[in-house]
Amino acid sequence: MLKKQKLFTTQQHKKKNNNNLFETLSEELIFTILDFLEGDPPTKKSFSLVCKSFYFIESKHRRTLTPLRTDHLPAVLNRYPSVTDLDLTLCPRVTDNSLALVAGAYRDTLRRLDLSRSKFFSGNGLLSLGVNCSNLVELDLSNATGLRDGAVAAVARAKNLEKLWLGRCKLVTDMGIGCVAVGCRKLRLICLKWCVGVGDLGVELVAIKCKELRKLDLSYLPITEKCLSSIFKLQHLEDLVLEGCYGIDDDSLNDDVFKQESKTLKKLDISGCQNISHIGLSKLTSISGSIEQLILADGSPVTLALADGLNKLSILQSIILDGCLVTSSGLMAIGNLRISLKELSLSKCMGVIDEALSFLVSKHKDLRKLDITCCRKITDVSIASIANSCINLTSLRMESCTLVPREAFGLIGQKCYYLEELDLTDNEIDDEGLKSISSCSSLSSLKVGICLNITDRGLAYVGMNCSKLKELDLYRSTGITDLGIAAVSGGCPDLEMINTAYCTSITDSSLFSLSKCSNLKILEIRGCLHVTCIGLAAIAINCKQLSRLDIKKCYNIDDSGMIPLAHFSQNLRQINMSYSSVTDVGLLTLAGISCLQSFTMLHLQGLVPGGLAAALLACGGLTKVKLHLSLRSQLPEPLIRHVEARGCVFEWRDKVFQAELDPKCWKMQLEDLMQ
Amino acid sequence: MDPKGSLYDNNWARTSSLTSPGNGLPTNLSSHPPSFYGAKIEAPFKQFNQISPTQGLLPGESNNDIKILDQENFPISDSSQTTKLQDWDPSVMLNNLSFMEEKIHQLQDLVHLIVNKRCQPFGRPDELVTQEQQLVTADLTSIIVQLISTAGSLLPSVRHTLTNTSPSVGQLSQLRGNTFPFGSGPSSGIRPQNNSGDKFFDQFAQNGVPKNCEVEQNCHIEEHETKDEDDAEEGENLPPGSYEILQLEKEEILAPHTHFCTICGKGFKRDANLRMHMRGHGDEYKTPAALAKPHKESGSEPKLIKRYSCPYAGCKRNKDHKKFQPLKTILCVKNHYKRTHCDKSYICSRCNTKRFSVLADLKTHEKHCGKDKWLCSCGTTFSRKDKLFGHMALFQGHTPAIPFDDTKGGPAGALDLEIRENNSKVGSMNFCFGSNPSSENGVQNMDVKGNNIDDPTNYFSPMNFEGCNFGGFNEFSQPTFEDSEGSFSFLMSGSFNYAPKIAGETNSDNL
Repeated sequence: MLKKQKLFTTQQHKKKNNNNLFETLSEELIFTILDFLEGDPPTKKSFSLVCKSFYFIESKHRRTLTPLRTDHLPAVLNRYPSVTDLDLTLCPRVTDNSLALVAGAYRDTLRRLDLSRSKFFSGNGLLSLGVNCSNLVELDLSNATGLRDGAVAAVARAKNLEKLWLGRCKLVTDMGIGCVAVGCRKLRLICLKWCVGVGDLGVELVAIKCKELRKLDLSYLPITEKCLSSIFKLQHLEDLVLEGCYGIDDDSLNDDVFKQESKTLKKLDISGCQNISHIGLSKLTSISGSIEQLILADGSPVTLALADGLNKLSILQSIILDGCLVTSSGLMAIGNLRISLKELSLSKCMGVIDEALSFLVSKHKDLRKLDITCCRKITDVSIASIANSCINLTSLRMESCTLVPREAFGLIGQKCYYLEELDLTDNEIDDEGLKSISSCSSLSSLKVGICLNITDRGLAYVGMNCSKLKELDLYRSTGITDLGIAAVSGGCPDLEMINTAYCTSITDSSLFSLSKCSNLKILEIRGCLHVTCIGLAAIAINCKQLSRLDIKKCYNIDDSGMIPLAHFSQNLRQINMSYSSVTDVGLLTLAGISCLQSFTMLHLQGLVPGGLAAALLACGGLTKVKLHLSLRSQLPEPLIRHVEARGCVFEWRDKVFQAELDPKCWKMQLEDLMQ
Repeated sequence: MDPKGSLYDNNWARTSSLTSPGNGLPTNLSSHPPSFYGAKIEAPFKQFNQISPTQGLLPGESNNDIKILDQENFPISDSSQTTKLQDWDPSVMLNNLSFMEEKIHQLQDLVHLIVNKRCQPFGRPDELVTQEQQLVTADLTSIIVQLISTAGSLLPSVRHTLTNTSPSVGQLSQLRGNTFPFGSGPSSGIRPQNNSGDKFFDQFAQNGVPKNCEVEQNCHIEEHETKDEDDAEEGENLPPGSYEILQLEKEEILAPHTHFCTICGKGFKRDANLRMHMRGHGDEYKTPAALAKPHKESGSEPKLIKRYSCPYAGCKRNKDHKKFQPLKTILCVKNHYKRTHCDKSYICSRCNTKRFSVLADLKTHEKHCGKDKWLCSCGTTFSRKDKLFGHMALFQGHTPAIPFDDTKGGPAGALDLEIRENNSKVGSMNFCFGSNPSSENGVQNMDVKGNNIDDPTNYFSPMNFEGCNFGGFNEFSQPTFEDSEGSFSFLMSGSFNYAPKIAGETNSDNL
């Protein structure tokens, strides 16, 4: 609103006299205005376009930058002199030169740099960063799979680094990590997930040298108990992730390892540590009594003994037990713990039954988040006790609780008013249930995919009452038609994501109504056979924020639908056009979208290699392209290599052409698969 | 003449014959406890030094001389004396010695004469000088021969009797400050002759530093002790005084050989090698007794444990040090002295940094050199990774040193990439996009989003591209492009500078 006022007054002033009064406004004042516009990039952009002085002041004010490409980096860096946070994840190609430019431009100011999806840089670029950017505090190098010890040693030159992510830097070894440990003494967070070259020695040195560590992610490292004693000596450690560390087992967790009690540890993640049973867990918990969140996913069975081990954790708030085998006695024992859980996840747990779950939720009445996805044995008994006990629930995920009858969902709506996130995918819920749920007025995410019993009537209740809805998933809920969509799009102006895939009754009129949701970012209309280019054009013109579009199997959408898309949806990053009628002409049109990063095109009848080649060349910002394998031999090899060199990854798929199935038939197939 | 005197002469004779004039000072005297013997010995040297101004006392270079002397000496002593003197006769010995004394006095007079003549202001004909020199040389040679044969005569007698009563050596040893019994007779009997060879070699090596008798003694010890090495290792934590301390001289420690052939003077490191060598000198050395390893003295005398002192003053291994820690064996002495007080002259050929003074150390190192791949920034290498990390954990600021080939980091060949990148920037990105690949004119300026796209692979630089037929592109359906041109040209404007004209027929337009 502020922006519009400003714009309006600007124009008025311009009409009155040519002297621009805005230039007399002080910089501080405009800075304050800009502070209010934080988190609203389009508004900031229009603000900066008001006049020259606004433009310059906005440039000065900007602290964060997320460029799409590094091509124009010199100009961009010149324009924004005081950037502290630079996110290069959208740039398909970040070379050492780019990094050297950044390091030269933001020598003293740069504090955060995200390279987690960038490719093509090496140790040289990192060296220039490490040497020049003395104030660099956060650096994300995740997924830099080519980085070696030398590059990490260059990073170690950044002495003030406090947060460092090295996830999936598979070639880095203890030597590189040793450099970081010695060089970056102020580290508070280090993520070494999937750095499979790093072992006990490197981790131990990190723990010895970096005394300030708060968070340590050692997931999937080949470490053993040898480094644990040093880790537990860290005075400030709050968050320890040992996911998938198979080298740590019960026997190794003996008293020698833990001479010292950790008073600060708040979060412990030992998910996937199959060799740590309740014995090891009780040893871990006995020395770290301040744990608030415990993640035991995919671990040993949740038994009475395991639950007993949690007794020592007096301020435990959250337990994640995803994928564990659960016994009733174990769940009951968790219920009997003298604590009040706020979060409990039993997603995909085998063995959860009504009796145990009801008892558990009746004891933990303060639960805010509950995940009982795929607890296939529970019935309305559990739902009733959840609804009766946990009235403060904000998030309930209960995908595929197939034994819960349709009447039970009424209880949820009647009791849990504070729900913000509700996942009812693949459930028996019907319109009455939706009507009841619509009373949760703060609902922002509703997933009712594969709910074959719901219709437009139920959705209309949601549209009427849940005005804060941002996410709506109607995947294969075939009872939904244009009317339902119209109700939702009318009642939920903040809608950002909607999935109406395979809602075969949907036509262009749904898209017309959805085009009212100007914040729409993700639209999936996969398999909506009746949708045409006209509907898509309406979306393109009105939903400027659209960044992800899936029009797979929309046979009626052809090249002419791409023209408005290319013209108006300048924020489109990802598009799936498989099985549609789009040809290379349409694809080439899309090349006009400068931030297009990824497209998927399988089984496009009209696609010719030449056009595809031209489109590949024309889309400069591509990072991922999914194509049919047969096209590979038809594209010239130099072209493929050139596009790859620009930072694009080809995914060659060899999927056979799939004819669309009847919804009921599809559901039966799904159920067959599950059994 | 008593044996002491004979040896005294012996010493002097050798010294004088081998030392090049000018540096004939007995350096090693200082490091020894003064003895009347040592004090006495200075006199002849002083005498000799007075003579020394007469340049060219020895004809030619001393080096050559030594060899000549060696060759001359030993056959004589071998054939004429040692074999004859199987039964040692003191009276014969005494005769020999007095003969030598006479000879030496003659020579002394002669040299005095020469010196006096030299002092005269006017010069003399060269022939005369040469004659005199030859005369001196001849005399010296005969003295040396005599001396050696006399000393050598001791050898067979002692060897056969297997007694401990070698009068000369025994008395001599008692005269020294360090008293020790010559436990094993055979070796001590051999020594004088061995030492003569040793001496020659040494003095040549040491640039003519004269030696006194102690070196000779120590030589005994050395051989003696190498045999008794096992015994020596038994005693640890010996109370001071319960063992006797022996001290070798620097030159002796550094001598490459410790065993010398009494006949030809050839040196050996091992006693066994010497015995093998000796077989070539005659049948008498081929007997089992001669070839057998000399037995340890099973004798009645209780053996004192021997320990060694390093000759380097101030060293902890030196017997004068407050916290003296003796060395157990000769080998220990040798290695200790070389490691601690000598230059490290052996350099590892692999790393060119590590230096050693003991060859064996170098060889040991070379076995592992290069395998020490765990390198710290301080330069220390470790053969084990955990040792390196323990080291780094201990010291502040020590980081792992990343091997050079790893320092580039990043994707493989990042540097190459960078270079090629620069090249590709120079070469404009002109794509031969024509439907007729041979057409050079078909270069279409397809500037994909600015020229400054870094193109590492350089596929589209003219160099690569013109040669490339772009096979797939021949299949471009031209109608499609015509169509596309019309339909979306408006979209292309402004969004980026990609020219949508692609097909070959637009060549003429472009050029």
